[in-house]
Amino acid sequence: MILEMSNIYKTYLQGNMEVPVLKDINFSVEEGEYVAIMGPSGSGKSTLMNIIGCLDQATSGTYILDGKAIENYSDKELAKVRNEYIGFVFQTFNLLPKQSALDNVALPLQYAGVPRRYRKERCIEALSLVGLEDRVNFKPTQLSGGQKQRVAIARAMINKPKILLADEPTGALDSKSGVQVMELFSELHKQGITIIMITHSDEIASYADRVIKIVDGQILDEHNHIASQYDDIEREKYETDAQDYGDSDASDKEV
Amino acid sequence: MENLRLSFQGIWSHKLRSFLTMLGIIIGIAAIIAIVSTIKGTNEQIKDNLIGAGDNVVHVQIYDGDWTYTSGNGSSLSGVPMIDDELMTLILDIDEVAKASAYRTGYVMEGVYYQKNSAQGGTIYGIDDNYFDVEGYSLVSGRSFTEDDRSNNKKMIIMDETAAETLFNNENPVGKSVEINKEVFTVVGVVSETDKFEPVVKDINEWYTYYGQDSQGKFFVPDNMWPMLYGFDEPYNVVLKATRTEDMTDAGKKTAELLNSRIVGYSAEPSQEGTTQNAKYKGEDLMQKTKELQDLSNATSKQLIWIAGISLIVGGIGVMNIMLVSVTERTREIGLKKALGARKKVILGQFLTEAAVLTSLGGILGVGAGIGLAYIVSDVASVPVAISGSAIAISVVFSMVIGIIFGFIPSVKAANLNPIDALRYE
Repeated sequence: MILEMSNIYKTYLQGNMEVPVLKDINFSVEEGEYVAIMGPSGSGKSTLMNIIGCLDQATSGTYILDGKAIENYSDKELAKVRNEYIGFVFQTFNLLPKQSALDNVALPLQYAGVPRRYRKERCIEALSLVGLEDRVNFKPTQLSGGQKQRVAIARAMINKPKILLADEPTGALDSKSGVQVMELFSELHKQGITIIMITHSDEIASYADRVIKIVDGQILDEHNHIASQYDDIEREKYETDAQDYGDSDASDKEV
Repeated sequence: MENLRLSFQGIWSHKLRSFLTMLGIIIGIAAIIAIVSTIKGTNEQIKDNLIGAGDNVVHVQIYDGDWTYTSGNGSSLSGVPMIDDELMTLILDIDEVAKASAYRTGYVMEGVYYQKNSAQGGTIYGIDDNYFDVEGYSLVSGRSFTEDDRSNNKKMIIMDETAAETLFNNENPVGKSVEINKEVFTVVGVVSETDKFEPVVKDINEWYTYYGQDSQGKFFVPDNMWPMLYGFDEPYNVVLKATRTEDMTDAGKKTAELLNSRIVGYSAEPSQEGTTQNAKYKGEDLMQKTKELQDLSNATSKQLIWIAGISLIVGGIGVMNIMLVSVTERTREIGLKKALGARKKVILGQFLTEAAVLTSLGGILGVGAGIGLAYIVSDVASVPVAISGSAIAISVVFSMVIGIIFGFIPSVKAANLNPIDALRYE
């Protein structure tokens, strides 16, 4: 188990009013899994992502990441966790516009304390893995959307994180670039990286092994994406089949 | 290093804004550099005027009460020993003394005559063989005194160019005879000051300070002529060459102490009623006098520096303002960096470095502008200028400190940004 959340609540204060955003979230992710989190706007999926990514901490509940409970971590320790365990990919890429692709990819190495002279080689290697070895010195403004997102993926992967956390990774891309990015994700998934991805597109979610749906701050329904293709009756039928066949995926649903 | 590179990138990408932000610092530093350079120039001029062109000459003169003693003005001193070879050796043994010469001065009340020309109010010097060397004179024509002149009590005289001009107009004085106190002397040479130092004189008071004496010229005779001219072996003065300029005061003081210890009935206490001994040696304290004049000019200028300092504070506030804007503009960048694992320290360092680089650049430009300003002021107001290296170093360091102080609040604000809010910021 790379990640386990139990009884996670998150409440924001708005004036004097407490606004619950996440209510009793329980789920876990195995190492090497590919999970999509889906939900409408305001459902709390972004807040959940932030907690998974250690950008935010839950109001209550237990979050265990790679065997360590992180709820009492200090700012400094959280920064270290983000740097070592998690690679972020954002909808709008979030590249530094005045720095080259190489310098953008090098940022996590800098924060990890890797000396400058060792960074370049590793960054070029990471950029060639995403097919951008000939764009190393380009600035983001000289790159297409798909290329920018691939630079962002190279940056996310540079410290060899356990989890790749993607927030609408294709949301700002045309469908062709979107497919390229998703293929890259699948490639990384094959190499054993755990991927957790937020999306509102069923098509994108279909790349994942498992889909978690959130509505109003609660996990509504958790099932693998094959199941989501069927209507309720067919799903019941599928679940019966799954039990019959002893499908190991069935155990996930109980979590 | 990383931060420095980022800072220059940031500053360069907003050239106009950065320049305007720096302007407050530039003006403040420029004003301070200009003021300090002018003060230093003035101080060095005062020092040069008083001490001369670094020849380190100090006079230790015999005083009668509060006045320097000169032969031939009616009074006399008793109990003051002659400076013989033994005493001269002791003077030369003082560490700070490089060279020394003994001499006596006297008025020529009736004047010095050559045919119908006369020089009134001149001073006559009885000198030993080292005098011209120590005091810095060289022969223009003729010769110096010889051993033969001294041992045979020959009545020979040397004069400076001023005296030669007064008495002889354009004639060559060498070989001519002049009359002093009814004695006839033969002119053997004319001397002039080797490094004639021209003090920069701005008003009549300064003219008296620097030129007050000797306007009629100087006459030199061997010191053993004194009894013939004045009837007595009168007390000597001493002229010294100090080993270093800083030693001038000590050289004068120590020589005066040595000589005073030989005066019969001398006491270091101020002379009281009834004590008979008024004679004492005093070394001229040019460094002291220089310092007093410099302190006066410093006191007024210090206030100016404080006023210029206020503009630095205003400049610092400008820097703080623009850094706050910069932090707001770069909220997303800060959020991203935090998401990628940048610690508070890293963000704080980045913004502090940027503020410090900004103000340091302002400081460096300000130093340049200040030097330019100083030269313009010196041209317009004919004030001397001396650029002070330490003032430049202090200014640059100080402007860096201003950046760190005024950049602190914006940097802390940046470092404390919540990464989620920062990433969401549009």
